[in-house]
Amino acid sequence: MVISPIDTATPSISTDTVRYIAYLIRLKILDEETKVFSQQFSQIIEYFQLLNEIDTREVPPANENCPMNNVFRDDQVLPSMSREEFLNNLPQHEGYYVKVPLIFDDR
Amino acid sequence: MELYNLSIRKAHELLVKKQISSVELTSAVLANIHRLDPKIRAYLTVVEQRALEQARKADIRLHSRENITPLTGIPYAVKDCFSTRGIRTTCGSKILQDYIPQYSASVVEKLNNAGAVLLGKHNMDEFGMGSSCENSAFFNTHNPWNLERVPGGSSGGSAASVSAGLSLFAIGEDTGGSIRMPAGFCNIVGLKPTYGRVSRYGHIALVSSFDSVGPLTQDVYDCATVLQTIAGKDPKDGTSLPDPVPIYTTSLEKSINGLRLGIPREYFQAGMEAGVETVLQDAIRVFEKLGMQVQEVSLPHTRAALPVYYLILFAEASANLARFDGTRFGYSTNQKVESVIDLILQTRQEGFGEEVKRRIMLGAYTLSAGYYDAYYLKAQKVRSLIREDFRSAFEKCDVLLAPTCPTTAFKIGEKKQDPLTMYLSDIFVVATNLAGVPALSLPCGFSEGLPVGMQLIGNHLSEEILFQIGYAYQAETEWHNMHPLIT
Repeated sequence: MVISPIDTATPSISTDTVRYIAYLIRLKILDEETKVFSQQFSQIIEYFQLLNEIDTREVPPANENCPMNNVFRDDQVLPSMSREEFLNNLPQHEGYYVKVPLIFDDR
Repeated sequence: MELYNLSIRKAHELLVKKQISSVELTSAVLANIHRLDPKIRAYLTVVEQRALEQARKADIRLHSRENITPLTGIPYAVKDCFSTRGIRTTCGSKILQDYIPQYSASVVEKLNNAGAVLLGKHNMDEFGMGSSCENSAFFNTHNPWNLERVPGGSSGGSAASVSAGLSLFAIGEDTGGSIRMPAGFCNIVGLKPTYGRVSRYGHIALVSSFDSVGPLTQDVYDCATVLQTIAGKDPKDGTSLPDPVPIYTTSLEKSINGLRLGIPREYFQAGMEAGVETVLQDAIRVFEKLGMQVQEVSLPHTRAALPVYYLILFAEASANLARFDGTRFGYSTNQKVESVIDLILQTRQEGFGEEVKRRIMLGAYTLSAGYYDAYYLKAQKVRSLIREDFRSAFEKCDVLLAPTCPTTAFKIGEKKQDPLTMYLSDIFVVATNLAGVPALSLPCGFSEGLPVGMQLIGNHLSEEILFQIGYAYQAETEWHNMHPLIT
């Protein structure tokens, strides 16, 4: 599915769009949530339309928030976390392997 | 005065004179936590034995008279968005409810090296998303000044804790007011430093280009002391600033006579409660009395700051929270799932709260094909204009004065069902994060029994001047010395 064409004048976000963006962000969504989010999103996005009153044709975007770029440091070899320690936080593992459900379906 | 209500400065004095020990001080604060925290609920985790052990070590250090810092033996706590090695770190979310980090945030390491005593972890809105602490996945925190009201957010646990004497100071994080707003609601001092002044390493990211780590304290002197310890370049955070850290506490008594105080016209037109405005006008008179030159200035794009802030937040937060997938760390669903995609979908449905879902979905929406230019790019362009507003205002004045919040602390539940109204309570605090400039929130009076906060906003790396002005104000006033009566 593709989101309906931009209509920034009368923004409204349908329940179908809510379902689609939930999938994009890898979030299972319940039916009762869809309706509430659709109303709230429409209201929030509508409020944001006030940005359209501002002329930004000649304005560059602000892409960074600090006065530096290309920060380098020497490559130092330091001890890293042990495998055992790293594995402590895995929800599931087998030996040194991360365990997850089926990724490729070969049925 | 009770030990748990001591300022850092006073406690340090008593510690070095051996009139009290860190174990005594830490025990007094822990006893106060046992007494009051069942009502306030500022803490998600208290590490009592560990704290007492750290206090014993601090006492040895104090006894040896070597390597003593102003924070040696001082009990404090951090917002639960900072990783603490071996101590549960939830970020206020179910998705991290049992997460125990294998490393500590740089700010925690620095405080540990200074000899400060970590008491535990403070409650917060889930992933910092909220202005009331009601979005914590665990429980609400109550405002010590009125238990039926919110402490503000997202560092609500931290502000309530410092206000009620449940820690001598706290470390919070301010993405769009999350230190200043609760500081204002709870009658304490909160600083959002210049972006990059304090390392973000080990902080669980919300908006990487806004997030600023800073102190919550009882007064300006303490705030300067804590910033001194935590500021500076960190090789682990490429955006941390290399500029030298001034010795803030030595210049606090410098005269502020002749400094120019700008009053942004748009902030006073935007609308605030009458009680808040009255208190602000009183504060302006104090600054005049202290010899400051008060003048009106304009920040023309003020009204646009809130939508710009939220649009960028949605986008960056949706990317930052992509890491929670139920496979590597954190919560993972117990439901039987067929595939990795199902595992991720189900884990995130169960693990994220409503506000987090709302924001990351809006992030996905505004970043999706065809919408990027209309929302995210547009917001970044207007952000340039907002920065320009501040640059030009700071040509005319040294600091700006604004209310921290348009209202005093609202009732628990009052705004919970209406996300847009909740967002509007951030109207005065978000612009500084867009511009990356520092802002100091200070207690400046009461309206109907509830504290009112004001913020001094300065140019990049002007923390020293903000502290001087704040210190001079506190020398003239008593608001910061008032403690809530909790029954």
